Amino acid sequence: MKDQDKPLLTIEGLHTRFHTLDGIVNAVDGVDMVVYRGETLGLVGESGCGKSVTALSVLRLLACPPAEIRGTIRFQGVDLLGLSREGIRRVRGNAVSMIFQEPMTSLNPVLTIGEQIAESVRLHQKLPGQEAWRWAETMLQMVQIPNPRQRAKDYPHKLSGGMRQRAMIAMALSCNPQLIFADEPTTALDVTIQAQILNLMQDLKEEFHTSIVLITHDLGVIAEMASRVIVMYAGQVVEEAPVRELFKNPRHPYTQGLLASVPVMGKKAKMGRRLQEIPGVVPGPLETPGGCRFHPRCPKVMDRCRRESPGETVLGEHRRVRCWLAA
Amino acid sequence: MTEEKGHREYAGRFRKSWAKLKRNKAALFGGALLVLYLFTALLAPVLYPGSPSALNLMISLEKPSRDHFLGTDELGRTILGRIIWGSRVSLLIALGVISVGLLLGVPLGLISGYYGGKIDFAIQRVTDMMLAFPGFLLALALVAVLGVGLKNTVISIGISMIPIYIRLVRGCVLSVKEQVYVEAARAVGSKDFRIIVRHILPNVMVPITVQTSLGMGTAILFAAGLGFLGLGVQPPNPEWGAMLGSGRAYLFNAPHVATFPGVAIFFAVLSFNLLGDGLRDALDPRFRI
Repeated sequence: MKDQDKPLLTIEGLHTRFHTLDGIVNAVDGVDMVVYRGETLGLVGESGCGKSVTALSVLRLLACPPAEIRGTIRFQGVDLLGLSREGIRRVRGNAVSMIFQEPMTSLNPVLTIGEQIAESVRLHQKLPGQEAWRWAETMLQMVQIPNPRQRAKDYPHKLSGGMRQRAMIAMALSCNPQLIFADEPTTALDVTIQAQILNLMQDLKEEFHTSIVLITHDLGVIAEMASRVIVMYAGQVVEEAPVRELFKNPRHPYTQGLLASVPVMGKKAKMGRRLQEIPGVVPGPLETPGGCRFHPRCPKVMDRCRRESPGETVLGEHRRVRCWLAA
Repeated sequence: MTEEKGHREYAGRFRKSWAKLKRNKAALFGGALLVLYLFTALLAPVLYPGSPSALNLMISLEKPSRDHFLGTDELGRTILGRIIWGSRVSLLIALGVISVGLLLGVPLGLISGYYGGKIDFAIQRVTDMMLAFPGFLLALALVAVLGVGLKNTVISIGISMIPIYIRLVRGCVLSVKEQVYVEAARAVGSKDFRIIVRHILPNVMVPITVQTSLGMGTAILFAAGLGFLGLGVQPPNPEWGAMLGSGRAYLFNAPHVATFPGVAIFFAVLSFNLLGDGLRDALDPRFRI
């Protein structure tokens, strides 16, 4: 339990902006978050709210320029933004790794699965070729790919989407990282495969004692996996809560809208109840509204919301919300 | 064991492309012709044991006959022999030119496309300047600076090929480097050099292969052009372009002197172009059935 209290990753005042020809895009605008050892943190929000950019900023995988990253990102006390190019390269894949959304495009078509998994082991653990290859086979077995010795020698096109995502997970886990960013790991998969992959990630997380930051827009996945949730909207954190709290008592109108737009089935479902939606669309990156960013779409909008941007109100440990209603 | 399977997998893909190439009659014809040229070049001492440069003024400008299958030139040298030995020169030039183009053009294209920014700008502006001249003119200008001869022919035509490779490779790298697997490679901590060589280069090999085949045809044509103008390989070395050039003077009384080297050039260039076109169709996944 002691371990769980230690923050593994601390992000403070993260601002990631892109200098484009049309102007400056504030993709991430003052995000604070903490990830503890061994926990799964859910990062939720609509497309374009800055979830992925936050993850990419931590690993500094954004090309700078056009991107500009400011703030502090501390991983085990080390300031990742202050590291040299070589320094951050040693962190990538070794201590912090990433699972991408598209298993179809995130594996190189001209290299075998085994080679791609062995690559990071060879790189970070300095294992010789043969041993790295054997490790790759072991990893494939760990992610429950049948016949791993054969599969390691296959090229990606021979594997199905679910298999490829397993291979990606094997790649991400191969150096036994302390933190994994899983960027919509199941979005591109069939529902049945989704469940398998999520179970696999859960099992492996416990086995390796890894922390996971699960980026998704699927609240079902969050309910299944995460212990704590951060909701993002237009580059800002709008709510943070332990997962049960969030589902039981969402405080921000945006979170409430998100939860209401999930279809309900079974006993709780009322006949004739129309599925709710959040009116309007996420503001474009260059047209962030003044005041509260959610006010044009908010059902509970007040005059104050149009004028002033709400700060974060801390309601308890890991319980904060950015809304005038809670202030 | 692992290697073996890997090779078999490559072999599988290779077989598929080969099957497509085989169905392309024109490409097959080009390939067969090229093999013929290669054998001619390799077996030149067997096919024509004498010296292709030995003079015999007694039999100058003889028409094709049983003794001299393709006739003789103005100095009584057998044209067949000179064409046979000339295939060595031409293929050697093609090989040399492509080596220069590949060795300099491909790395520069990879660097330019991958890193972008100032390096890219610098490389591309120089490329622009080189591409502003027609390739042959550039080669001609370089020969004027470097001087004539086999080595300088290779160097100058080779340099004129470099910008073509730079542009081709850069364009491909620009699209490949945006692929998620390149980002994934970066996310596991791969070094730039490794990403370029292991992840990007194999994905741009197909256009490079096609351009290499087409480029060899161009190289032979350029070399013949330089030879024709007397700026390429110097006599008495048998070179097709130079033979064509010297035969020009006797076009009316002994047309065979210029005709046969011309035919040799024509088919050599044709073979590379047909093969290149066929390779493009066979290797391009978009045309895959």
